[in-house]
Amino acid sequence: MHEPFIEVADLEFVYRPNTPQAVRALDGLSLSIRTGEYVGIAGGNGSGKSTLARHLNALLQPTAGRVCVGGLDTRDRSAVWTIRRQVGMVFQNPDNQLVATVVEEDVAFGPENLGLPPALIRERVNWALETVGLGAHRRAAPHLLSGGQKQRVAIAGVLAMRPACIVLDEATTMLDPEGRAEVLDTVRALNRREGITVILISHTMEDLVDAHRIVVLDGGRLVADGPPGEVFDRIEDLPGHRLDPPPVAQLARWLRSDGLSLPRGLYTVDDLVEALAALARTGVRPDG
Amino acid sequence: MAEPLIDCQDVAHTYLRGTPMAQDALRGVTLQIRAGDLVGIIGPTGSGKSTLIQHFNGLLRPTRGTVRIAGEDLWAPQTDRRRVRQRIGLVFQFPEYQLFEETVRADVAYGPRNLGLPEDEVSARVDDALRAVGLDPGAFGPRSPFSLSGGEMRRVALAGILAMRPEVLVLDEPAAGLDPRGKADLLDRIERLHRSGLTVILVTHSMDEVARLARRIVVMHGGRVVAEGSPREIFAREEEVRRIGLRLPQAAELVRRLRQRGLAVPDALTIAEARVAIRAAIREGSRGTV
Repeated sequence: MHEPFIEVADLEFVYRPNTPQAVRALDGLSLSIRTGEYVGIAGGNGSGKSTLARHLNALLQPTAGRVCVGGLDTRDRSAVWTIRRQVGMVFQNPDNQLVATVVEEDVAFGPENLGLPPALIRERVNWALETVGLGAHRRAAPHLLSGGQKQRVAIAGVLAMRPACIVLDEATTMLDPEGRAEVLDTVRALNRREGITVILISHTMEDLVDAHRIVVLDGGRLVADGPPGEVFDRIEDLPGHRLDPPPVAQLARWLRSDGLSLPRGLYTVDDLVEALAALARTGVRPDG
Repeated sequence: MAEPLIDCQDVAHTYLRGTPMAQDALRGVTLQIRAGDLVGIIGPTGSGKSTLIQHFNGLLRPTRGTVRIAGEDLWAPQTDRRRVRQRIGLVFQFPEYQLFEETVRADVAYGPRNLGLPEDEVSARVDDALRAVGLDPGAFGPRSPFSLSGGEMRRVALAGILAMRPEVLVLDEPAAGLDPRGKADLLDRIERLHRSGLTVILVTHSMDEVARLARRIVVMHGGRVVAEGSPREIFAREEEVRRIGLRLPQAAELVRRLRQRGLAVPDALTIAEARVAIRAAIREGSRGTV
């Protein structure tokens, strides 16, 4: 059994506290994430997802409660840099995250700041670029890359710091369908092959189908936590009503309610195709 | 046949022309948009979609070719571009970043006030525009735009464009970044605006969105229009769609895969259509085997 890597306990966070504009973004949230897990975090706009993400690498400090990363409390100022090295963040807009004029220089930016020897920096940059599948683009100018490639450069920049965990905050929102698939495939491989803990934040449920577990937030509280199939099945019953199940899960539910005997928890095209093909073979006639 | 509202003939655009950084964003686009249409423009990042729509209201001047609005050449010397431009309302990506006034009402009033309209006309337009995006003028008008949710802010930005009373609404990724409920609300508003007579052009990465909303789809790739047709026609060309880096709507993908498995499933572009199609196919299939 893996031990918890991230422990969030009774976390509260208030923006602009003690002012008329005070907003309680997190309202008593507890959550633990083990090393090697792939956790999807879903919720509507304003549910607290991004605020939570910013606590995971000490960009924000709790108003109340506690966040521990690798056993270190994020309120401990002396631990902040260790925490940030362990938890890398990738944000929504790739254009705001790239700083250099050449891809490999961009990826080297982090390790250079750590003051590592040049040979080690080169090794890490090579590894990071190969891992995200951009080895051939090392000399390219980032602004000439596609959206998906830019986001993968941003991921490589985080990987070059050798983090234990990577947090992606709406990192697929601005991408076209191919770019989105590239990023999701990359993230999945990082988790499955490199054992990196992944926390993927999105309000699009389809983005989260690779997760081991999906956590749903509403009004700064945790309202669901379970495997994807289970969470998708009850998404419409959750408070807030700001999320939709992935289209395939929705369709499977409709077909079940139409009398087709499909199993529960179907949410990928592959699974639904298999289930329908099996149903057609057995020749079960739907009611009605 | 009525004159097209927007008529692009061989429009090319090169950014940073004459420099080593020169980049051909459009390589000869010929395209007509007719009054009352609801057109979806799709294409991978960098295919020229955003560059193209900035030609519709003269924000960019073509390096080659002509853009006509209701027959009027936008770049002819005698054309009053300011007036023509008002006919085309362009809503950029994340338009809420451009909100700046202290109240919602002042923000929406900014454009019409700049037209020099009398205050009562400005006020009437602001009320209409806010109602059209589903925001009660009394409740939202006095509030700070920055106290609103992301979806509400986006609707205020859209109201600011509607208050200019354009004939064409051009939206670049209008639902990007909104959660599913916010997205559904906004798309519903856009559909209603179209039904009320507005011509709508929608640039989007979401194949599901475009399959549901658009009457006609324009596919761009490498600065060119590579396909045009109804959603059904476009998504029937599955190989081509895939080759340029786009995907089928999920329902269409599902139908394609079921057909590969030997099920006779009728066409479907949305999951609501797929529900009907699959029920029919399973029923037929079981009749065959019983």
